[in-house]
Amino acid sequence: MLFSEILQYLLTGLTVGCVYALVALGFTIIYNATGIINFAQGEFVMLGGLLLSTFFVVAHLPLVLALLIAVLIVAAIGLLMERLTIRPLRNAPLVTLVIVTVGVSVILRGVAKLIWGADAFSVPAFSGESSLFIAGAAVQMQYLWVVGLAALVVVSVRLFFDRTLIGKAMQACAINPEAARLAGISVERMVQLSFALSAGLSALAGAVISPLTFAAYDSGTILGLKGFSGAIIGGLGNGLGAIFGGILVGLLENLGVGLAPQGAAGYQDAFAFVILLLVLFLRPSGLLGKRTTEGV
Amino acid sequence: MRLFSRTLLALSVLSLVACLILAGCPKPAAPPATAPPASPVAPTAAAPTGQPFVIGAIFSVTGPGAPLGEPEKATAQMVEQKVNSEGGINGRPLKIIIEDDATEESKAVLAAKKLIEQDKVLAIIGPTMSGTTLACVKDCTTTGTPMVSCAASAKITNPIAERKWILSSAQTDVLAVQRLLDYLKAKKISNVAIICDSNAFGQSGAEQLKKQLPAAGIKIVDEEQFLTKDTSMVAQLTKIKAKKPGATICWGTNPGPAVVAKNAKSLGLTMPMFMSHGIANKKFIELAGPAAEGVIFPAGALLVVGELDPSNPQKAVLAKYAADYQAFANAPANTFGGHAYDALQILIAALKVAGDDRAKLCAELEKTKNHVGVGGTFNLSPSDHSGLTKDAFALVTIKDGAWKMVK
Repeated sequence: MLFSEILQYLLTGLTVGCVYALVALGFTIIYNATGIINFAQGEFVMLGGLLLSTFFVVAHLPLVLALLIAVLIVAAIGLLMERLTIRPLRNAPLVTLVIVTVGVSVILRGVAKLIWGADAFSVPAFSGESSLFIAGAAVQMQYLWVVGLAALVVVSVRLFFDRTLIGKAMQACAINPEAARLAGISVERMVQLSFALSAGLSALAGAVISPLTFAAYDSGTILGLKGFSGAIIGGLGNGLGAIFGGILVGLLENLGVGLAPQGAAGYQDAFAFVILLLVLFLRPSGLLGKRTTEGV
Repeated sequence: MRLFSRTLLALSVLSLVACLILAGCPKPAAPPATAPPASPVAPTAAAPTGQPFVIGAIFSVTGPGAPLGEPEKATAQMVEQKVNSEGGINGRPLKIIIEDDATEESKAVLAAKKLIEQDKVLAIIGPTMSGTTLACVKDCTTTGTPMVSCAASAKITNPIAERKWILSSAQTDVLAVQRLLDYLKAKKISNVAIICDSNAFGQSGAEQLKKQLPAAGIKIVDEEQFLTKDTSMVAQLTKIKAKKPGATICWGTNPGPAVVAKNAKSLGLTMPMFMSHGIANKKFIELAGPAAEGVIFPAGALLVVGELDPSNPQKAVLAKYAADYQAFANAPANTFGGHAYDALQILIAALKVAGDDRAKLCAELEKTKNHVGVGGTFNLSPSDHSGLTKDAFALVTIKDGAWKMVK
């Protein structure tokens, strides 16, 4: 086993993991605000990629503008999803709401298929298709975009939650909605905001990886699942854990394929899910999660 | 305030819908399935009357197999319309009931059961994919319903003793691998790495490669797999790169092979890349972009119809199908729709003789001889339910974003 090969697995795992991390962060934001696991998260990723391909490739808008429009549209869809499906049912049990999100994911996939058809769409890499070679391991330029944007987003989200009034208000709602309400914070508004933020983040993830993986109406499901695994592994509700978990899933997948003996290929998805099961068995609160008791 | 937020909400819904519709507009070639245009051909014969011949069709109109299933569906609708506008079959109308299996085995089985038990079809065309076809074999066999699959796995028609009712109109992977093997031998390539999709198509291809290549003295130095929807095949290709094979063979259907081509290029892999007839559509070139250049694959002659020798009997059939399909569906014809076309033509010819008897129909299908179709020249027999030879394949490469015959 050559050093350059291992490096290649690590680098690829890291970049793929960054995408999972963004999706996992999306899961976490909504979970913290509402306690819901939003299974339409993967569809936000898919819509981000497809909308970017439409605005950038078909409509020839400048990249930054296309990216912005794609993210904003998906954020608006997140907002609408909350307004039309979650809020009317806000007194329903959580399980009902989670099932509603599954329903929304099916609707979004169906609508995407009506609009874009069944084919996959490709987006040209943001800065050329060339690769960078580091000690024999290839890094596509797009990978740098993925990692860079992921890092930027993580830092901004962190700053948003820690430094801004709205961010702090959202955190307050997550910690104790009743107390937040008493302090004059509109919990509804914060929940709505969390959906928009989470949808926008996932759309950004979908947009930056579309040059690497192609976007199709059904490409969100598996990404959503990987992001979900990341969020669980890191400890549901823990933002840093989500990022850590997402990257871990990406790394494990690629190392799994690379180091597995001949004949075990094709099971890379299993590696991530085996780890997920192990974490759930051994440490149900996730690797970075605190052991918490159910709120009253 | 309340009123205001309502209006705002309504406005945002409206603008969102507008955005989505706008986003969808530039998409070329709307799915042909939604609104078939009025018949381009005026009825030339008396309108068919009486009890229709009812045929079932199972296609993957949605799901990963949709790029194959959609043209198949459009082709079936086109043939149905054409046959009926030309007087039907023996004066009776043809009715094709099309079911979508969403590229899922379980749904394909349900569709087959529905077609056989509820619609009492005489025969079934499809399914689109190898996996969905194999899932339906049992129901067709136990009920004695002839099935002409549009999928390519060799397992569909073999072992022949267990496949009395199952036929296939697609060129099998056995022939594809034979065609590729000839080329590898001619180029004196002695060791290869294979990377295959984990779906039925990819695995059946892998099986054939592992059977035929070593038998011809070509060593398989590495064997990798990927999932159709995987986001990165870099890890698998890194392993291949380390083994330094003389060529890489990738067997799969879109979009997997396009990701393989792109990743291989980004890793700086320079060895020749061979692929399968699973990428014989424009989508592959569009997805893989510059990385598609130089990929060589066996495919039906439809792709290079312009380069065919005029003496080739297939040329006229291909040109007619391509023109008819373009006129009907307003999209270029592809090989997969061609499989449905061949299956229907063979079936219609047999229906003319056999009438409403399923067993007789199956026997008639087996008598098909020298039928020149889109996929090749069919010579079916009780011992060969696919009926094509490796000549059904042309070897095609991609140059400047277009298909070129490899001579």
